[in-house]
Amino acid sequence: MTLEELNKIKKENEELVMVRKVVKEQGEEMAKHTGYRKQVLVCGGTGCTSSGSKKVLAALDKALKENGLEDEILVVRTGCFGLCSLGPIMIVYPEGCFYAQATPEGVERIVKEHLKEGNIVKDLLYKETVHEDGSIISLSETNFYKKQMRIALRNCGVIDPENIKEYIALDGYQALYKALTTMTPDEVIQEVLDSGLRGRGGGGFPTGRKWMFAKASPGDIKYVACNADEGDPGAFMDRSILEGDPQCIIEAMAIAGYAIGAHKGFVYVRAEYPIAVERLRIAIKQAREYGFLGENILGTGFDFDMEIRLGAGAFVCGEETALMTSIEGNRGEPRPRPPFPAIKGLFEKPTVLNNVETYANIAQIIYKGSKWYSSIGTEKSRGTKVFALGGKITNVGLVEIPMGTTLREIIEEIGGGIPNGKKFKAAQTGGPSGGCIPAEHIDTPIDYDGLIAIGSMMGSGGMIILDEDTCMVDIAKFYLEFTVDESCGKCTPCRVGTRRLLQYLDKITQGKGEMEDLEKIEELATHMQKSSLCALGQTAPNPILSTVKFFRDEYLAHIQDKTCPAGVCKSLIRYEIIADKCKGCTLCARNCPVKAITGTVKQPHVIDPEKCIKCGVCMSNCKFGAIVTK
Amino acid sequence: MAETSLTFKGTPAQEEKLKAVIEQNKALPGALLPVLHEAQEIYGYLPIEVQQMVADGLGISLSEVYGVATFYSRFSLTPKGKHQINVCLGTACYVKGSDKILEEVEKKLGIKSGECTPDGLFSIDSCRCVGACGLAPVMMIGEEVYGKLTPKEVGKILDKYINEEGGQQ
Repeated sequence: MTLEELNKIKKENEELVMVRKVVKEQGEEMAKHTGYRKQVLVCGGTGCTSSGSKKVLAALDKALKENGLEDEILVVRTGCFGLCSLGPIMIVYPEGCFYAQATPEGVERIVKEHLKEGNIVKDLLYKETVHEDGSIISLSETNFYKKQMRIALRNCGVIDPENIKEYIALDGYQALYKALTTMTPDEVIQEVLDSGLRGRGGGGFPTGRKWMFAKASPGDIKYVACNADEGDPGAFMDRSILEGDPQCIIEAMAIAGYAIGAHKGFVYVRAEYPIAVERLRIAIKQAREYGFLGENILGTGFDFDMEIRLGAGAFVCGEETALMTSIEGNRGEPRPRPPFPAIKGLFEKPTVLNNVETYANIAQIIYKGSKWYSSIGTEKSRGTKVFALGGKITNVGLVEIPMGTTLREIIEEIGGGIPNGKKFKAAQTGGPSGGCIPAEHIDTPIDYDGLIAIGSMMGSGGMIILDEDTCMVDIAKFYLEFTVDESCGKCTPCRVGTRRLLQYLDKITQGKGEMEDLEKIEELATHMQKSSLCALGQTAPNPILSTVKFFRDEYLAHIQDKTCPAGVCKSLIRYEIIADKCKGCTLCARNCPVKAITGTVKQPHVIDPEKCIKCGVCMSNCKFGAIVTK
Repeated sequence: MAETSLTFKGTPAQEEKLKAVIEQNKALPGALLPVLHEAQEIYGYLPIEVQQMVADGLGISLSEVYGVATFYSRFSLTPKGKHQINVCLGTACYVKGSDKILEEVEKKLGIKSGECTPDGLFSIDSCRCVGACGLAPVMMIGEEVYGKLTPKEVGKILDKYINEEGGQQ
C-alpha cells in the first residue's frame, strides 16, 4: 500500500462517511454522489444490542425490501453513540434525525413515512431534539452532546467498525504513514511527550515517558501490549472503543511498535466482551489484508503484527504486571516493581503497556500534532477523558469531555440531572480504587490532580452518580466486597486487610459499630496503602476513607444512633405503612412470606416489626406508595 | 458411586476436539489460558478429568492447571445449568437495586448464587458489569439480556422459562 493508494481509498469513501458528520444541507449535496439517498445508522454496541437493536435491524431490512428501498437507503451498523439509556438508537442522515428507543413497529413507520414519503416521524424522535414549535435539531446540538469533545470516541457511532474503508475515509492510517515515512522513532516519542498525554487506565503516568524508557531498554525483542481488561464495574469506555472503532487501536499499537522497536503486539481483552473481541478480530484481519499489519508495512520495511489474548475474569489483571503474568499463561498475580515493564515486561522483554483509551488518542496526536492536542484540557492534564456515566442520572451513557470540565456541567447539563426529583448526593469515580465526591465539591474541575486532591481518582473513568437514597456506608461496603473477592491473595496487607475492613463495615451496617472502629479503619487503611504489593491493595481503602471523610455524619448515625439515614441497611431500618395512604387492598398482607402484615379489607394495615424479615416484598407490591422504610 | 450431575460424562468426540485444540496451541507462549477457554467451551466446565487431559497435553503438572483454573472467575469446576442466569452486581446495577434482583432469583429457584438446580436446568451466578449500564439493573439468561428489572418482573421472566421446561421449581 502506497500513500496514493491510501488516499484513493480515502477519497472514494469520504463523502459516504462525511454525510454523517456535516450539516444537513451539505450532507444532502454529498449524498447525491454516494449512490444512496439516505443512510440509516443503527447502534450495534453492547448497550443497544441488549435493548434489542438486532430486532430493529432485522425489521429495518424487511421494511426496506417491502417498500423497495433497499438500493436507495444504506443501513450501517455502528458502535456506541453514547446515549445508552435511549437505546436502541437509530439515526437518519443527512437530516440527522435521532430516533430513540426504536422498536420493530416504529421502524415500519419510519421506513414508510420518513424514508419513503419524506415525512419525519416526530413522535418517535428523541424528545430533546424536537422544539415546541416543531423544529428539529440535530444530535450534536442536544445538551448531551453540546459540551462534549470527541477525540478518543471520534469514530464511535459514525463508522461501520467492520469496514476498514470507512476508517480510512476519516483519515485512518494517515498517522501511521506519517510516522513511518517522515518521523524517526525518537520524534514519534517526542510528539507523544509534548502532547502531555497521560495514561487513561487510571495511573495517569505520562505515556511518552513509558515509550521513552522502553525504547532505551536494551534488547532485540520488545513488545507492545494493550490493556483492554476493563475491570471497574460500571466503566465501559474501552469496550465501546473496541466495538466502535477497533482500527484506531491497531494503528496506535503499530505506531507504538515503531517508536520503541517492537514487532509484536498483544491485546488483552475481557472474555466477557464478545462483541468487542469479534470486531477486533475482524479489524485485525482487514488490517493484514490492507498491509497495515504484517511485513514491510506501507513499503517502509517495518514489520508489526498482533494477536488477541482473552482475560478470564480477574480484576487484578488490570494491574500491569498481573496482566503480563496472565498473558504468559499463569495465575494473574502481580509482581514487585522495579523492574518496570519497560525494562522487563512480557516474557521478560521490554514492554509498553497502555490502556485502550490511551491508544485511541495516539493516531490523532501524531496526525494533528502535539500542539493541537496540548491546547485542550488543563495544565497538567491535557486532552479529553471519556467517562461512563451511570447510576442515578437521566442520561446514562458515555461522555467525552475536555479535562477541566466541572462535575456540575457533567451532571446537570450533559447528564440531564438526577431523575425523579431526587437530590444529588455524590459522584463515585475511580471504581473500587476511587472515592466519592460530595455535593460541596460539585464545581471541582475534573482532572488527574484535582480528583486526587479531593481524595478520589480518575481511575479508568467510571462515574456513578448517587442520590439521597444511597447509603454511603453501604456503597463503601459494596466496593470492599468487590476487592475482597478480587484480591489475588499474594500479599498479606491486601488479602487480610480488605477482609478486616469489610468486617468493620459489616459491623457498622448491622448497628454493632463502635466509635473506635473508625480509628481502627483509618490505621489499617494507612498500613494497606503503604505495604500492599500492587495498586489493588494500595487503593482498596479509598472508598471507605473518602466516605468517612465526607460523610462522617452517616457513619455516626449508624454507629451512635443505630439508624441508616438513607433507609438501606437492613438491620437498621423498619418497614411501616402510612395509614393515610393505605387503601386496605390486602395485597401486601397476602404476599408477605411471614404473615407479618395484618388488617381488614379497606382499612389501613399494620406491619408487626417482630415478625417482619425486611424482605421488601410488601413495598414492591404496594400500588399506592403507602409502605416506607424508616 | 452413584451417578450425579457431577459425574464426568465426557464423550470421545469431545476428547478428540480437546486434543486438536491442545495440538494447535502447544507451541504458543502462554498456551494454558487459551486452551482452558476452549476446553470450557467444549465441555461447558472444567472438571478434574479435563484438567488432567490439558496438563498431559501441554506437558505441565495438574497442580499448575488447577491453580490457573481456580484463579479466574470465568472458569468453572462444576457444571452450569441449561439456562445460566447471571445477575449483574456492577456498581451501576447495584445502586439501582440489583441485590434485590439476585435475592428474588435465588428465592424463586431455591438455590444460592454459584449453585445449580438439582435437575440441571438453572444455575445462578452474579457478575460484575455486563456493560449494559444504561439498562440497569440487568440480568442475563444465556445470551439474552433483561434490563430495567424489578423483582416482580424477575418472577414473570423465570416463570416463562420454567413453563417452557414444563416443570415446577
